[in-house]
Amino acid sequence: MMRPMDTLIRPTLTLWQREIVRFYRQRSRIIGALATPVLFWLLLGSGFAESFRPAGTEGVGYAEYFYPGTIVLVVLFTAIFSTISVIEDRREGFLQAVLVAPVARSTVVLGKILGGTTLALGQALLLLAAAPLLGLRLGLLDLALAVAILFVVAFALTTLGFLIAWRMESTQGFHAIMNLVLIPMWLLSGAFFPAAGAAPWLRGLMLLNPLTYGVAALRRCLYAGTATVGADVPALALSLLVTCAFAVLTFLAARALASRPLDVGLA
Amino acid sequence: MREPHAVRRQIGVVFQAPSLDVKLTVRENMRHQGHLYGLSGAALEQRIDEMLGRVAMRDRADARVETLSGGMRRRVDLGKGLLHRPALVLLDEPTTGLDPGARLDLWEYVREARARDGLSVLITTHLMEDAERCDRLLIIDRGRIVALDTPDVLRDSVGGDVIVARTRAPLELAAKVRERFSQEVSVVDGMLRIRRPRGHEFVPMLFDAFPGQIEAVSVGKPTLEDVFIQRTGHRLWDGES
Repeated sequence: MMRPMDTLIRPTLTLWQREIVRFYRQRSRIIGALATPVLFWLLLGSGFAESFRPAGTEGVGYAEYFYPGTIVLVVLFTAIFSTISVIEDRREGFLQAVLVAPVARSTVVLGKILGGTTLALGQALLLLAAAPLLGLRLGLLDLALAVAILFVVAFALTTLGFLIAWRMESTQGFHAIMNLVLIPMWLLSGAFFPAAGAAPWLRGLMLLNPLTYGVAALRRCLYAGTATVGADVPALALSLLVTCAFAVLTFLAARALASRPLDVGLA
Repeated sequence: MREPHAVRRQIGVVFQAPSLDVKLTVRENMRHQGHLYGLSGAALEQRIDEMLGRVAMRDRADARVETLSGGMRRRVDLGKGLLHRPALVLLDEPTTGLDPGARLDLWEYVREARARDGLSVLITTHLMEDAERCDRLLIIDRGRIVALDTPDVLRDSVGGDVIVARTRAPLELAAKVRERFSQEVSVVDGMLRIRRPRGHEFVPMLFDAFPGQIEAVSVGKPTLEDVFIQRTGHRLWDGES
């Protein structure tokens, strides 16, 4: 009988470690996933600062409003880039060797997703370190909560990327889905503009968007007790609940999808 | 299957295209594989060294796979497939894309692993040189099994001699030979292939009938190619064994 260390934990760890090592050997990925959102934040944050005053952001600078959304965008970008590698793994043949190994599919899925989650979380923390520049004073508890929220959001988004990438045969197809689904999902999460000023149908979409609650949880955590939060942002408890449910459901879906026999790649 | 993982642990697979992570080093790839198969620590490192030594890749252990040639990658991949000491290894077209030297090396590693560890090897190939090396050969044509035996028995089953003739216009000449001698002729790799008993007596008849059209001719015993042609009825080389 094999021990769980050998059949579950070490295989997961080795897949996780591979994601991290690969990431740091492809420096352009680090910069792309971090610099793009920061650039957006600087340009849009200062560009919109005086021009527009969306409803629900009275007395709040746009750069401040946009900050949690930028962090989530960093998470989204990193998660997406790390799951694109599923397609490359299949094309380059690496994945088939993993799939014939004596490990459960859920282990393969978990290792891959935890790898992407760690990278996304790491990048997000780099940006979170800029909080004092915005005059944010975070207590240790707030900080711990923010890290926990970001972990769950990173996990859910990486899993979502995995779900999309698993059956995909080309990275071009993935980019198309990314522009069609993932970016609008982020735009409609309250990251970019508050629901308060949006048209009713848009507000409905925003309420249905699971990412809205991830952004809301982070916003409530970072700006607890200040006017920056805005009145229409979902409550913290609800936000945490929906975000966790989002992560669990996507993981179950990914596990189910990956456990189905593949008709591609294996002769 | 009641214990799929126990079965998988007994099997090693070497795919047609190397299943290595090119961003990782040779050793990192091997270590990753070991971890997936329940190996770890000093025992794993020792086994990696041993295996890399066997496929002559020890001095490149710390090189990233993307810097290696195709033949080297194939060797690493073979070592990776054998790392957990499987009882059975599946080699999917293992010699495709290898130069002749690398091909011989690969067969040498396989021979050694069979002799030393009692390893069983199942290979798929479309190359007759590879097929010659097998103990038992199964020919599949369009999803059907058309032959299963040792290469010797299969070759003997064809019978007679095989005359191979080189000519400028093989298809044309094949048609003429068929017409003149009511003789079955196939064209493989631009050469005429004629199977009949007492082949040496047929050669002068060929030269007499078609003077100046035959550039070279050889007579020999049937090869696995002849087995394949006979069993599948293919005139041209469009199948795979």
